[in-house]
Amino acid sequence: MPGISLAVRQRRRRRWTGWGFVGPFLAVFAFALVAPIGYAIYLSLFREQLIGGNSFVWFDNYRQALTDPQFWQSVRRVALFLVVQVPIMLILALLAALALDSARLRWAPLYRLSIFLPYAVPAVVASLMWGFVYGAQFGLISRLSSALHVSLPDPLSGSWVLASIGNVVTWEFVGYNMLIFYAALRSIPGDLYEAAEIDGAGAVRIARSIKLPALRPAMVVAVVFSIIGSLQLFNEPNILHWLAPNTIPPNFTPNMYAYNLSFSGQEYNYSATIAVVMGVLTMIAAGGVQWYGRRRMA
Amino acid sequence: MTALTTPTRTAREANAAHAKRMTRKARGRKRHSLILSLLMTVMLLYALMPLFWLVVNSTKTPGALFSTFGLWFGGPFALWSNIHQVLTYDNGIFVRWLENTLLYVVVGAGGATFLATLAGYGLAKFDFPGRRAVFAVVLGAVAVPGTALAVPTFLLFSDLHLTNTPWSVILPSLVSPFGLYLMWVYAQDAVPAELLEAARIDGAGELRTFFQISLRLLTPGVVTVLLFTVVATWNNYFLPLIMLSTPQWYPLTVGLNDWDQQSFTAGGQAIYNLVITGSLLTVIPIMIAFLVMQRYWRSGLAAGSVKQ
Repeated sequence: MPGISLAVRQRRRRRWTGWGFVGPFLAVFAFALVAPIGYAIYLSLFREQLIGGNSFVWFDNYRQALTDPQFWQSVRRVALFLVVQVPIMLILALLAALALDSARLRWAPLYRLSIFLPYAVPAVVASLMWGFVYGAQFGLISRLSSALHVSLPDPLSGSWVLASIGNVVTWEFVGYNMLIFYAALRSIPGDLYEAAEIDGAGAVRIARSIKLPALRPAMVVAVVFSIIGSLQLFNEPNILHWLAPNTIPPNFTPNMYAYNLSFSGQEYNYSATIAVVMGVLTMIAAGGVQWYGRRRMA
Repeated sequence: MTALTTPTRTAREANAAHAKRMTRKARGRKRHSLILSLLMTVMLLYALMPLFWLVVNSTKTPGALFSTFGLWFGGPFALWSNIHQVLTYDNGIFVRWLENTLLYVVVGAGGATFLATLAGYGLAKFDFPGRRAVFAVVLGAVAVPGTALAVPTFLLFSDLHLTNTPWSVILPSLVSPFGLYLMWVYAQDAVPAELLEAARIDGAGELRTFFQISLRLLTPGVVTVLLFTVVATWNNYFLPLIMLSTPQWYPLTVGLNDWDQQSFTAGGQAIYNLVITGSLLTVIPIMIAFLVMQRYWRSGLAAGSVKQ
């Protein structure tokens, strides 16, 4: 290109080189993330009908979902799970992180590593292990009952099964959340503590006025991930389903419902609709927490 | 290896001061608390109890699984025979599952880390048209849960005749928006702009600069992302469960669940000892990787949660 200096040409070339680095990621991103979402939305607008075959039905599938008692039952169940399990897990994680950071704990790295270790265990193995502990086959619970001379409830019975699944999820992720909080505590500048001590603040005051505010961004991250995990619950109940088919029905969680609609019922269009509705609900909940967290921080 | 915790210099210094203060305090009036140790021990036992159960029961014969107490050893020591049975059952299908898992981890997690590193570096170090839009889209995708995508991805892939192939598991694992985000955070401070400018003046191409200079500086961040993606693919269950229909392509997680279900199906043979020992063999490699690399986790998590 005559008339344009070398420097200008180089700068122009450099303007586009960024795309060379980002391009490969975006190509796979478009194919494996954007396209499935688009296709699910497309599918959700059609229905396989006895007369007329596959036809465009506007929002009929969404109307069906909004009035489907099976679907709302599953949503209520994960909502209950969310408001009970998530606070318990995060409070335990927070207390453990504060203990690790307090410098009053001997062998802190041992505790940190051990409590974090379950995060590496695949959800399948975690559910199988806890399933064996809960289940009647090996009678661990019944043996404990007779050894302790108390009657322990059946963990897989109707009134306990959600709590038992909550225990598996808590076991898997309490250490992960503990580490998120601990990392945030470690990044508090030391002079902040010095200043507080000079001002005569006690341990409780320091925890309340310095540590907890500093934990807020980490708390937002942990809550967002936990909301996603709860609303999208699948692995643990799907594996324990074989142990307790009566108390863990195919519509136990929205994801299990969508999965079973696709695989047992061949109702692909309705299954896609459920997936879209749950995706939107999850993003609203996660976005709401982020918005609230950012507003409080500002 | 530099700490990834806080990429800024002041924060790192502050951290050192914090550590110093802690040791001084520990020597001074703060003493180890017994109550704290007791409470944390309860949590430690809770975390380790199921793993202890797994180890104990991998050593038992099928008969002893039922007749002896679950939380202690009992009956003849059958660990080696259990392992032998796991590896040879059904013409050694477990070994095939292990190979599949390794394939999905190496190509899926390795590829995801590579793509996220390239893209994170590109976003952090280059100004290009549409950069802000790319960033917004990818950040939005961090909140899109993988499990929500599983059923839609299956529906798309089955129309493209990709289901029941290794690609159906590998392609979705190649995308890690969270990995890209971590690399973007890390690359901003790890690679100085002056260094890139100097390389350009020397006439080095951008790609050569990336591989020969920048990549070395990015290594701690790359290891962090690699750990996240390796654990995610090693433990992946929902996606391969719906994508794959022949056991020949199963990863370990789906295969183990298949073995477990065998005892619940009519005419199926209960092979609890194989499920338990197979679980142990599945957990050991990932745990070793995990313990060796654990310090990167803390720093990676810090980068992800502090810089919001």
